[in-house]
Amino acid sequence: LAHGAGGKASRTLVEAVFLPSFRNPHLEPLADGAVLDLHPGTAPPDGEAPDGGAQNGGGLDGEAAHGRAPDGVSLDVGEPVGGGAGGPATTGGLAFTTDSYVVTPLFFPGGDIGDLAVNGTVNDLAMCGARPAHLSAAFIIEEGFPVEHLRRIATTMAGAARAAGVTIVTGDTKVVQRGKADGCYITTAGVGMVPSGVRLGADAVRPGDAVIVSGPIGEHGVTVMLARGRLDIEAELVSDTAPLNGLTARLLEACPDGRVRCLRDATRGGVATVLNEIARSSEVAVIITEEAVPVRPVVRGACELLGIDPLYVACEGRMVAVVAGESADAALAALRSHPLGEEAAVVGRVAEDPPGLVLLKTGFGGTRIVDVLVGDPLPRIC
Amino acid sequence: MRSCIRAEVRVDGVVQGVGFRPFVHRLATGLGLCGLVGNDERGVFIEVEGPAGTVSAFVRAVRDSPPPLAVVDRVTSRVIPVTGEPGFGIVASAGAGNGRALISPDVATCDECLRELWDPADRRHLHPFVNCTACGPRFTIVLSSPYDRAGTTMASFPMCEECAREYHDPASRRFHAQAVCCPACGPRLRLLAPAATASPGVPSASGHERLDGPRAGALCEVPGDPVAGTVALLRAGRIVAIKGIGGYHLAASAGDERAVAGLRARKRREDRPFALMVPDLPAVRRLCVTGPEEERLLTGRSRPIVLMGRRPDAPVAPAVAPGARELGVMLPYSPLHHLLLRRLAEPIVLTSGNLSDEPIAHTDEAAFTRLSGLADAFLTHDRPIHTRADDSVVRVFRGAELPVRRSRGHVPAPLPLARGPLRPVLGCGAELKHTFCLARGRRAFVSQHIGDLENHETLRSFTEGVRHFERLFGVRPEVVAHDLHPEYLSTKYALDREDTVPVGVQHHHAHIASCLADNGAAGPVIGVAFDGLGYGTDGTLWGGEFLVAGPAWFRRAGHLAPVPLPGGAAAVRQPWRMAAAYLGDAAPAGWGVRARNAALWDAVTAMAARGVNAPPTSSAGRLFDAVSAIVTGRDAVTYEGQAAVELEQLADPAERRAHPCRLLTDGVSGALEVDGGRLPAGGETFVAMGHDLVEAALEDVRAGVAAPLVSARFHNGVAGMIAEGCDRVREGTGLATVALSGGVFQNVLLLERATALLEERGFTVLRHRRVPPNDGGISLGQVAVAAAGQGRGECDRS
Ligand SMILES: [Fe+3]
Ligand SMILES: [Mg+2]
Ligand SMILES: [Zn+2]
Ligand SMILES: [Zn+2]
Repeated sequence: LAHGAGGKASRTLVEAVFLPSFRNPHLEPLADGAVLDLHPGTAPPDGEAPDGGAQNGGGLDGEAAHGRAPDGVSLDVGEPVGGGAGGPATTGGLAFTTDSYVVTPLFFPGGDIGDLAVNGTVNDLAMCGARPAHLSAAFIIEEGFPVEHLRRIATTMAGAARAAGVTIVTGDTKVVQRGKADGCYITTAGVGMVPSGVRLGADAVRPGDAVIVSGPIGEHGVTVMLARGRLDIEAELVSDTAPLNGLTARLLEACPDGRVRCLRDATRGGVATVLNEIARSSEVAVIITEEAVPVRPVVRGACELLGIDPLYVACEGRMVAVVAGESADAALAALRSHPLGEEAAVVGRVAEDPPGLVLLKTGFGGTRIVDVLVGDPLPRIC
Repeated sequence: MRSCIRAEVRVDGVVQGVGFRPFVHRLATGLGLCGLVGNDERGVFIEVEGPAGTVSAFVRAVRDSPPPLAVVDRVTSRVIPVTGEPGFGIVASAGAGNGRALISPDVATCDECLRELWDPADRRHLHPFVNCTACGPRFTIVLSSPYDRAGTTMASFPMCEECAREYHDPASRRFHAQAVCCPACGPRLRLLAPAATASPGVPSASGHERLDGPRAGALCEVPGDPVAGTVALLRAGRIVAIKGIGGYHLAASAGDERAVAGLRARKRREDRPFALMVPDLPAVRRLCVTGPEEERLLTGRSRPIVLMGRRPDAPVAPAVAPGARELGVMLPYSPLHHLLLRRLAEPIVLTSGNLSDEPIAHTDEAAFTRLSGLADAFLTHDRPIHTRADDSVVRVFRGAELPVRRSRGHVPAPLPLARGPLRPVLGCGAELKHTFCLARGRRAFVSQHIGDLENHETLRSFTEGVRHFERLFGVRPEVVAHDLHPEYLSTKYALDREDTVPVGVQHHHAHIASCLADNGAAGPVIGVAFDGLGYGTDGTLWGGEFLVAGPAWFRRAGHLAPVPLPGGAAAVRQPWRMAAAYLGDAAPAGWGVRARNAALWDAVTAMAARGVNAPPTSSAGRLFDAVSAIVTGRDAVTYEGQAAVELEQLADPAERRAHPCRLLTDGVSGALEVDGGRLPAGGETFVAMGHDLVEAALEDVRAGVAAPLVSARFHNGVAGMIAEGCDRVREGTGLATVALSGGVFQNVLLLERATALLEERGFTVLRHRRVPPNDGGISLGQVAVAAAGQGRGECDRS
């Protein structure tokens, strides 16, 4: 198995191996999370909030490695928003997602694997339009991994959960033999409620829509790459890992009724990969302008050194939002009103032709194809 | 007449639209033969009747002395019953076929048309569109097959009575000349300029007639003679976009430094030399040192840009080709060029009408929008260009053509395949300098130069070009050959195609197979494929390869020792990174290339050492880059191959010393898993230590050896390493023929030294003659490999 740098290799793996076995309508779009309707035709559950108890029960503080946490919890993810009077179409659903986190190094400027594990899952829920509520966390730990490192990760996770307004309610821990894992891997799952009337998808994008990036791109991936190569050249460069649920809530509020078409966090494979998914799913052209894409000078400099294109670099706290063209200004204003979206920018627009392609208008007036990467990027120059 | 016979004769090849039937008519009537001639979808059919000896003489003449533009692939004849019909007639075309008849390339204006152009008494005096069956636009104006006027962009120009008479007269050299026209019925030339342009020689905007059409914007027609207006603008230092045969050019006066530098700035082309068009051969001789082959190419029908050594006193502005020892020069090839250049009587820069990296603009709409910021005026006309075709480029090596870019004037003439595919094949080419190739039977149709595929407009001209070729030649590919690089857009195209079988062909195998096809050789040979980067079968980047190869198979016998490519594509754009990759800490601190790049040197060497975006490569091009950074100080390039080109041009050809380069034994290759029994097997595999060459260059430069000597010693060292490597492969295999391919062999100095050394050691050397050694030749090689693979499969089954 080859690791995909993002995009096609891992997608092909999912499509070839897992999809045939697990196939169902929720999995089919291969989105970051699934929105489920658990109570078809029934009234929404009453809302007492048992958050506190669950948080304690599922906590991973201290001796979590011995696995005394309960195997599961029953919990309430909150009331569907938007009033129960409407029919099924306007009733929200339960969003559910899971993701595994492996990163080298485990600790890097601006964060560690703990932030990633919480923020990543929170963001996957937020990209469904959901309000994230509860998370689970499962650890695979290599024998001999220092406990103080684990403690540090747990502390980071608790802080990230607090910042995102979610609780970690259940978990699991396995210790494997030395050499069978690389330090520590974390799998988190999360649930949240989708407000009624929200339906987002990479296939919901139409010509005329505006493409927005929520902030300067590439900081996480470049930071990790420099840390991995022990290239300490850019002291001020830190990961952008952050929870995006506050930002998405504001955006959905400002642009209601389907005016937000699609939200995607630009993680592995970066903004380029997200845009390609959108272009293919919606059979549209996504045309972006090189100069409009926000990239901090320090990131640009590091990308030049590393020889990588910021468009393909992973972010952990940036998203791509596609909104109706006429809502672009409202969306931008809403995003910029939030600390994490102050540098949000419209980077391009959606067109009819050529369907399925992402094009970049370069500073020189050219039009470059921004294609999805099949594997690790190797130069195409002869 | 007892001795009378009647023969049916078929002629296949490029025989339509080239005056073939009038030629047959003249020939037959001259010999006193009776019969008929006609076109059908396959070519030309003839019936001749007369004395047996005369009929044979006729058939020989058809085969041996056809009209200039005809390419006769095959003449077949058989005896049929005599009819006794008197006279010789031209019969009507036999309807639309499936388009197997071949279309001629675009050809430079012939002498007879030129005579008319300059003859005040001729009705086509100074007509910018004069042409005949022996010259004029073809491929670029063809919409569909068979080749007749309705299937060209001349369809919208109804012939006047006089032109129609010539068109229908078998005795006329315009008999069925599909692009025939005259001032009365032909396209119209216009000079357009923005209304605001107030420039010397151009009347004020008040007299301008506003153009219709949404894209014409504020362009207005400049009254008066468009040619005279253009000449005035060029003399005044203006840049004019000129509609040519395969697209728009940008022109500027070659002696005007300000104009040429301005053109560079507008085009965003920093260093790459501009091509020149000069009025005539004596004018070429004032600029460059020409030999007989150079002059033959310059004045030939395909009129390429010929790269030649420039005279030190060549009267051109420095900005034309900064620091270059060579100039690229061409002679006028369309009547419009002749009109302009004769009037100007001085060289002009004539460069493709585009921004750097964009394909040449060929439609009026694209030109008016994309070139609006580049050109001060447009010399244009209303005959559309259907297919874009850049100028071809050649160098001369040992008195023979060495193609650099095969495009206008050559395409779509088919190249013969010694062994054609059983099923039609499409070769998708590589990524840069892209061409594709469609092949059926023993004919390979290599496309015009498409350009760099990552550009959307270029990708479209690839995919639409494939469709156009399929229709034009009536070929539906069943097998699609592609590169192994998963990110090439041509690979993705091949894999996305439905109803075709994809066949992956390794990049350097394709280079060698292309050289074999180019020479009509069957192999096996020792293939030396030296280029920039190509995807290897092990997923790493190759580029300095010694292969044992036939068309159907290959084995890697040796290669340059791999080095990291720190920063991937960034290492290609910044040759100093290759110096860092080769030298690391061995480069003295505070010295030369390391001092110039001190800020990033440590970070880049660390990337190389720790494999941070630093994939290993055995590239020869990157070896040239490293040495160029050390010797010439070229740290960053603005066009592909710049560092190597500058290193070559710097070299002192008189220097014979060579830097040594060790070959280290790497392993032993197993017997080849190829059927046939006669194939060479085994032998030691080796790596060539490029590091030795880099370090020797460094030592020389530090010791104060002059750069031209260091460059020459490096070139001689690479040539020596090539000869040594081939010796090793010969020891293991007994093979004594070497094929040299890959972009590095555009380097004439290296090609000369390597060829000389190999020949000294008794090798036969194959080099490119018809397709470029660079990636422009890849598509032909892919087709050859796919064809050979099919052939073998077929044998296995039987
Ligand atoms: Fe190549
Ligand atoms: Mg995720
Ligand atoms: Zn002519
Ligand atoms: Zn006429």
